[in-house]
Amino acid sequence: MVHEWALAEAIAEYIEQQAKGRPVKKLVISLGVLQSIDREILDFALKNILDERNVRIGSIEYVDEEVVLRCKRCGYEWKPSMNEVDESIREAIHFVPEAVYSYFKCPRCGSRDFEIESGRGISIKEMVFDEHPK
Amino acid sequence: MNTQSDPRLLVIPQRLAGVKHIVPVMSSKGGVGKTLLSTLLALAGADKKLKVGLLDLDFTNPSTHIVLGIDPASIQPVEEKGVIPPIIHGIKYMTLAIYTGENPTPLRGSAINDAFLEILAITRWGELDYLFIDTPPGLSDPQLNLLTYLPSRIEPLVVATPSPLAIRSVEKLLKVLIEGNYKITGLVENMSNNSKLLKIAEKYNVKYLGSIPYYNNIDGLIGNLEALRSSQFYGKIIHILKGIIRA
Ligand SMILES: Nc1ncnc2c1ncn2[C@@H]1O[C@H](COP(=O)(O)OP(=O)(O)OP(=O)(O)O)[C@@H](O)[C@H]1O
Ligand SMILES: [Mg+2]
Ligand SMILES: [Zn+2]
Repeated sequence: MVHEWALAEAIAEYIEQQAKGRPVKKLVISLGVLQSIDREILDFALKNILDERNVRIGSIEYVDEEVVLRCKRCGYEWKPSMNEVDESIREAIHFVPEAVYSYFKCPRCGSRDFEIESGRGISIKEMVFDEHPK
Repeated sequence: MNTQSDPRLLVIPQRLAGVKHIVPVMSSKGGVGKTLLSTLLALAGADKKLKVGLLDLDFTNPSTHIVLGIDPASIQPVEEKGVIPPIIHGIKYMTLAIYTGENPTPLRGSAINDAFLEILAITRWGELDYLFIDTPPGLSDPQLNLLTYLPSRIEPLVVATPSPLAIRSVEKLLKVLIEGNYKITGLVENMSNNSKLLKIAEKYNVKYLGSIPYYNNIDGLIGNLEALRSSQFYGKIIHILKGIIRA
């Protein structure tokens, strides 16, 4: 599952733009559990790409974000356990999280019209720059 | 969300950098032949030894794979710092159906946008002469994603039938494209025995790429590439492709 690299490039591009030459002291990345991102690969890719672009980086912290789905039809909220999901389905959702709508349904009313309240994919939670680099 | 705030938007231009022409096949009215046209244009391009890609953006009802006669769930795209689209009948091909199979996939606008950004951010098209895009009907999230996020890259091809119901809707689409200064590839008139829409093309100063008659037998050929290739319909497609290449 090395499409993490493609997502790392997107994040690196974003960080580079935001950093405007400043070193990044601290970065917190949230990993939505729905997308089953391989943390090691993402971390390796991100550090590599940032290094290539001469963006200095202190610490990168990863936090898992639990999957919470909420049905728009009946309001039911549930937290599916991705570990119990069939491997091929997990793989599909890994590539395009919206594939979830073709596999998951509201356990209460059967509706596929639910919202991903949290835990979809990768996002940057916090970025601290070193304003006065030595 | 503006055009800066989502990291995925920042890599999409790079993913498409090797593509010479991005041609979304569009119509605000449904059922006019976008899927058939986009898929066969890609096939005709591949037959002509052009480097072509086909992207199915009709996420809630992907159907280009039906024209190509393949089972999308059986496709395993190669991963290499992203997703390398599989080559189907000489076409680099990407569709959400690879991941959703034949399951129903109802999506709200926000989910359509997320799927759009995700697929475009991870797919490495490489070098292409043409990337044809099948789009769903309408003028809403799926179409606006193309118009807003790839304004200077897309060269829309507009399809319409000569029905009075379709003419009004094609004019609205053309207005939006002209107001936004898009480079329009041209207009195709489908299921028509004359050139009724030539007037519309002239009115909006777009290239009239030709008209395709209504062929009774076409549904019987879908999914059968050899039969499609030897059909009169395909002859028309080749003619239209030549017009696109000349443009
Ligand atoms: N020239 C033609 N002659 C006969 N049948 C045609 C012709 N063009 C398209 N069709 C048929 O019309 C129907 C609609 O075609 P198609 O699915 O390509 O349209 P579409 O614009 O993609 O529809 P949608 O808006 O639902 O995506 C299909 O059954 C197709 O086989
Ligand atoms: Mg269609
Ligand atoms: Zn429900």
